[in-house]
Amino acid sequence: MATTVDVPARGAARSPVRARRLGTLALLLVLVAAAALASIAVGTRSIGVGDVWAALVDSSLGTEEAVIVRQLRVPRTVLGLMVGAALGLAGALMQGHTRNPLGDPGLLGVTAGASLAVVLAISALGITTPSGYVWFAFAGALTGTVLVYAIGSAGPGGATPVTLALAGAALSALLYALVRAILVSDQQTLDSFRFWVVGSLAGRDAGIAWQVAPFLAVGVLLALLNAPALNLLGLGEDVARGLGQRIWLARAVGLAAVTLLCGAATAACGPIAFVGLVVPHAVRALTGPDHRWLLPCSALAGAALLLVADVVGRVVARPGELQVGIVLALIGAPFFIALVRRRRTAGL
Amino acid sequence: MTELLPRARPDAISEERVRLAAEHVRLAYDEQVVVDDLDLELTEGSFTAIVGPNGCGKSTLLKALGRLLRPTSGQVLLDGRAIARTPTREVAKVLGLLPQTPVAPEGLTVGDLVARGRHPHQNWLRQWSRDDEAVVAEALSWTSMSELADRPVDALSGGQRQRAWISMALAQGTDLLLLDEPTTYLDLSHQIDVLDLVGRLHAERGRTVVVVLHDLNLAARYAQRLVAMKDGALVASGTPAEVLTEQLLADVFELEARVITDPVAGSPMVVPVRRLR
Repeated sequence: MATTVDVPARGAARSPVRARRLGTLALLLVLVAAAALASIAVGTRSIGVGDVWAALVDSSLGTEEAVIVRQLRVPRTVLGLMVGAALGLAGALMQGHTRNPLGDPGLLGVTAGASLAVVLAISALGITTPSGYVWFAFAGALTGTVLVYAIGSAGPGGATPVTLALAGAALSALLYALVRAILVSDQQTLDSFRFWVVGSLAGRDAGIAWQVAPFLAVGVLLALLNAPALNLLGLGEDVARGLGQRIWLARAVGLAAVTLLCGAATAACGPIAFVGLVVPHAVRALTGPDHRWLLPCSALAGAALLLVADVVGRVVARPGELQVGIVLALIGAPFFIALVRRRRTAGL
Repeated sequence: MTELLPRARPDAISEERVRLAAEHVRLAYDEQVVVDDLDLELTEGSFTAIVGPNGCGKSTLLKALGRLLRPTSGQVLLDGRAIARTPTREVAKVLGLLPQTPVAPEGLTVGDLVARGRHPHQNWLRQWSRDDEAVVAEALSWTSMSELADRPVDALSGGQRQRAWISMALAQGTDLLLLDEPTTYLDLSHQIDVLDLVGRLHAERGRTVVVVLHDLNLAARYAQRLVAMKDGALVASGTPAEVLTEQLLADVFELEARVITDPVAGSPMVVPVRRLR
């Protein structure tokens, strides 16, 4: 029997939702482009848009501006885009999997694991450059997550979002205690570590972006593949299984994606809070709870937010600069409070 | 009339054919055994209500029938095949289920909820299609939810919300449908509304329906077959008139009651007298 049935009613009825989602996507693309441009143009030394363009299109241009743009500003901007997108995406994944509005990628022990590894690398091995301890940070992030998962799945019910969050909180507390124990007894390590731990895009050479890029790429791919499963998990595990979703598979893919994204971002720039927490909330208000839209839009919004915060940090403290992690905490906290006051955030 | 929603045609229904069966099933949470050595057969096109006092294991049994809970011994068979060894997605194409009071994420629209019912029929190569679109539209219209397709589920009344979920199960296009207390928290007129809808799914769409119900009178009115459980065991099974006897009410529900004939539907109707001790 032919299935040529006209269904104009539903197609037409859905268009406002679709239009708003497309509008959100377009708006975010413009924001990211504007933020990237600002990040290249604005700094201790402001460079005009014309000079930026000239430096980008003509790689043989040898002016001082051109060298700054190509060797400092562009790598920093690329790193900011990558890390911001990773954190926004990881936050949306965590909130989707835990169905907890306070879900944050740091919950899984990623940040604590990375912190301890970096402290050990500095104090025991004397490594002090970001490109030197990026692998330690990454290994620490992975170890932290694996430990949290092992502890969280030890109970009779296996790994659930609640046991994982509890295990993450407990293990993080332990790891941070170890970090503090080392720092308190070692002044030199403290000096190096405090630059890593505030979270910054400064002083990272272009090599770092390339080192973490493959992990971020796999993480992004896994995250996007996870979107339909997250939509089903949002209806509860029983309904998701009833609709043919294998729960363990969805959880494993999501967990791997969060670990890769958050671990790589933390390894590259140090722990950066608030992006993963705030961005998915703001985006959800625009796109609704469909993860096929929420995830990519959170990545874009995360990238834009991180770059804007980085630019603000360069402007407010001239001729020095404020680290992006500090700026984000300063603008992120009031923003989040305003969001909570305006909107009911319960019941994901 | 198009038949986009897959259904077993009434003339093709073989009432002898067993679709879903439990064989010597033992169900337990951790060490605590809830259901022990239970046998049950559900034939094609039947409408069965599982009744019993609180904690008798009826919802647990429904979970096992829907592959949400794996029996510690015995097995559940779907079309003669062990359901535990059938891939989740294959099961989801044949068997749909609605848990008690399911929750939707804030802001999810009715249209998007119903669309998610198409998940078992999609994969990475075959995403949203015109067929899916048509099935969802028909599921919405069949449950009178078309007008509300753009409303968030959390903004609906309890009765409308239950209709939206049933619409999702309908869009899933399964022959079998398991519902766990679909009338919980609804007032009487919405209970009737929801059960009328389920009854039409059975009568007009040929769905095989299993529903856990608390209200014995409604169960007797809508279902062809009642299954009564107590303490994890099946104590009676048959037509409502066969099962709902004064003796059974005393044994299973510890209730002294008269059973009269429902003046509207002609089914047995329970009039409680007092609780037995």
